[in-house]
Amino acid sequence: MTTTPHRWVQPGAGSLGVVVPRSGAEPVVGAGGQAQPRPPESPAEASRRAVDGVLADLTSGNHLGVVVDSPPGAGKSTLVVRAAGELARAGEPLIVIAQTNEQVDDLVARLAQAEPKLPIGRLSATDYTASERITHYSTVRVAAKVADLGEPSVIIGTAAKWATVPEGRWPWAIVDEAYQMRSDALLRVAGRFDRALFVGDPGQLDPFSTVETERWLGLTWDPMQSAVAVLLRHNPELPVHRLPVSWRLPASAAPVVAEAFYPFTGFAAGTTAAQRSLTFTTAGSGGGPIDEALDLAAATGWALYELPARHTLRTDAEATAACAALAVRLLERGAVAVSEREPSGAPVTPDRIAIGAAHRDQVAAIRARLGPAGAGVTVDTANRLQGREYDVTIVLHPLSGRRDATAFHLEAGRLCVLTSRHRHACVVVARAGIAELLDAHPSAEPVHLNVPVRFPDGWEAHQAMLSRLAAGRIPADRRPAGP
Amino acid sequence: MSTLTALARAEAVAAGVAQRIATVRHLHVSARPLVFVPLGMAGEANAPLAALVGTDPEAPRLLLVPQPRNRDQRFGFAAELAEVVLPYLDSFRKDTEEVPVNRGSEIRHRYVDAPQVFVPNPAGIRFTRLLGRSTRFRRTDGDHPVPPSVPLLGRWLTFLADRAEYPGSCLLLAMTEALTLHWATGQSPVEDNHLAALLAWIDPPAGLTGAEAAARAENPLHFPPAGPLTDPTFDGRVLAPLIAAYAQAGDDPGRRARASEALADALRGQLAPTWELMWRGLALLRDLPPGARVAQRWAQDRDAFTDFASDVDAGAAPQSARDGAVAAARRLHRLERALQSYEVQRAYDDPLVMADHRLTGEAFVGEVIVADANRIDASGRRRVLRPRITVRTTDPVQVAPGAVVYSPDRPQQKTLVVTVTARPDGTGTDVVLELTSGLGRSLTPAPGSVPEVGQRLCYTTLSDTFVPSGEFPSPEETPWTHGGPPTAYEEAAEPTADEEWE
Repeated sequence: MTTTPHRWVQPGAGSLGVVVPRSGAEPVVGAGGQAQPRPPESPAEASRRAVDGVLADLTSGNHLGVVVDSPPGAGKSTLVVRAAGELARAGEPLIVIAQTNEQVDDLVARLAQAEPKLPIGRLSATDYTASERITHYSTVRVAAKVADLGEPSVIIGTAAKWATVPEGRWPWAIVDEAYQMRSDALLRVAGRFDRALFVGDPGQLDPFSTVETERWLGLTWDPMQSAVAVLLRHNPELPVHRLPVSWRLPASAAPVVAEAFYPFTGFAAGTTAAQRSLTFTTAGSGGGPIDEALDLAAATGWALYELPARHTLRTDAEATAACAALAVRLLERGAVAVSEREPSGAPVTPDRIAIGAAHRDQVAAIRARLGPAGAGVTVDTANRLQGREYDVTIVLHPLSGRRDATAFHLEAGRLCVLTSRHRHACVVVARAGIAELLDAHPSAEPVHLNVPVRFPDGWEAHQAMLSRLAAGRIPADRRPAGP
Repeated sequence: MSTLTALARAEAVAAGVAQRIATVRHLHVSARPLVFVPLGMAGEANAPLAALVGTDPEAPRLLLVPQPRNRDQRFGFAAELAEVVLPYLDSFRKDTEEVPVNRGSEIRHRYVDAPQVFVPNPAGIRFTRLLGRSTRFRRTDGDHPVPPSVPLLGRWLTFLADRAEYPGSCLLLAMTEALTLHWATGQSPVEDNHLAALLAWIDPPAGLTGAEAAARAENPLHFPPAGPLTDPTFDGRVLAPLIAAYAQAGDDPGRRARASEALADALRGQLAPTWELMWRGLALLRDLPPGARVAQRWAQDRDAFTDFASDVDAGAAPQSARDGAVAAARRLHRLERALQSYEVQRAYDDPLVMADHRLTGEAFVGEVIVADANRIDASGRRRVLRPRITVRTTDPVQVAPGAVVYSPDRPQQKTLVVTVTARPDGTGTDVVLELTSGLGRSLTPAPGSVPEVGQRLCYTTLSDTFVPSGEFPSPEETPWTHGGPPTAYEEAAEPTADEEWE
């Protein structure tokens, strides 16, 4: 974990990155700015040092803001909870700004558990009913107005709710999922705090709008940019930290996702291949391609279930059926996941499985095909899967069966979200011919003056991902080997 | 493109004529619109070449720039355009109406009508915006002074072009967009940008199919491009020699007048067919009955017109070249609100638009089979009237219990989805709804406030209820995250580019 004065500007998916050494074994620039050799350190040590660095910068009082880039599953919430606890214990009242009610409830529950004595205020809309997981903490008070919360040490609410708070100014704020936040949302709440910690994943989906936003292209405060992108363009001197270890992604996935979506910063898996395994209690019967794909994914972490090339509607009947069949078969075969959390193995229940797709109609089609056998399996779009975690994910490739590759379908963040939700294995369902489709549609987005180059490039990220997936291809029309 | 529009396009191909995709007109069409058909010179950004402009189909005024590279002539064109446009705008600033504000405690005034400008296509709107940008900061003194009407025109053109970005606004409209909002043709959306081809599909001449008529409209000799860019063959064969002849005429007044006359004839020939098409398009739009909420949106346009006119009178500075951080965020917020409200209102006004939402499960139409009008909910502290109705529908219902739905026929009545039950025989879905408002004050419902058995109703999650607009800091309070408060405008900060003037 480093803070470097020389930042290489490469606002990938609206972010600015930091050039940092890839592993702790290399020389590391310390807080003093001097390189010093260090012995190799474990992922846990690297991660702890990173968090310590963030907290040191935060409490130093030298910076108006601190930015923390966090790759998928790198312990972002843990950091937010720790930072909130530390600031509150130092007697500085603070506010936490998250993006969705679910995220707010999550943080409230985690913070209440970690800091049992800390009075917490949960700022909510008037029609919000508190869920049980936060009401059973006596330290949590829920209200629609700041004045009705009493005098809590920490107030947590969504950005939309904070935008309606007309007055008050707190010494500190923590902005969670700041790369998901549009900069105009930050503008509306920035008057509520003096200093802030911004935490988020630069590889996720960019914020979007339903209206034409060309008018603001090139402005440093373009409301369509993410909160962090605008913040860093106006305050380039702010320290940017990076969490170096993903605790979610297995050793088979971390290098692949890092190379495709975080090529300049990278990150490592927190666990070794030996710590995670996925097995089935029943063997595949007949060795059909569905079973083969599941076996391969269990063994290597990835599988590409490839249907014959064809141009299809978005709700491709065969592809959506294959997604559902893979999930149902996974449940039938009684998958067991062994991990550092469950060294003796835990069954992969429906709630530990997710199916991801690009469009809502695809989600509806897959859900319809799952039927009662797949009840409880999460099926959702990339936008809604952001920040979630499962044991096994099944992904309907955004370019499957398409005639063209639009900016929407090429967006790096979309593919990144879909392929970085799993702790054990990811099966991608796609029509053959995506490589040819990519070759026919190199990204041709217009380049605008004063607009930072999008990075990583979606087209390139797709190619990188596809080349890894190609190694584990199971053609759906392959006949089982004869006797 | 929605599923129904795609279907309508396929049907247009089969039928050989464009198909209606709206049962009502979603635009306000003025009784006295100004039609503006601009042409620009190829190869130079926003260099006006000629325009036909006016409110009388029989008497368009031709404006001409014989040497489009000459800046003086360019702003001369703007001054001539101002002679037509400014009096037109002023003509709407006579009668006002009183509008109560703050629940009737105050009154403000609003013009009873507002101007409406039609250009042929979206490129015409871009041309208008750029023309406004190039004229609104011109000075009336100094090196290259312009008449005071030029910067004033620039501010009004900028206002119109800014307003055109608002979904549902009708102050400045592109004819192709106005038409494709109501008709689907059998050609691609790109081809629909050609006004002649689009009208050929919508209203083909007798004996021709839409496709045949559109193929004919592709001949630039009979149907020159609707601008602002001209036909390249015309540019090379006709326009270039005429402009060269004008340049060679030098200061000889006779030769100059003849060259100018020849140019005017040639350009009128390029513009006149589009001028005719514009009025045909207007006639087609006028034939459609207006949607119920069109007047409401037009009132917002009139508000915007009234506000801007009084800003101009009060001597406000021209619109800034770029939006500041707060202005950009505010504007995006307003645009998003306008879009949402426009989409909901169109669906409420038009069953054909609502059908799209029914296909995606966001709306359903069905018959009321049970109505418990006097149901009292006594579970709370206070007994409240909560009638329930059951609607039977064959639409695919995607709304979940607990969702709030509204009916376009009773937009103010908040209705809660209680249960959604698919009928076992597969003949449809029964939806139980609880009415929670719009019932009167007593414990018996006001007459007509509860739907009756047998009534056919549409319910949708789309809501047209008022949502207060968001709060933003003032520009002086721009936070440090967005660069802090803007610094005062310094003229020297951006020196004017030194350019060749004539």
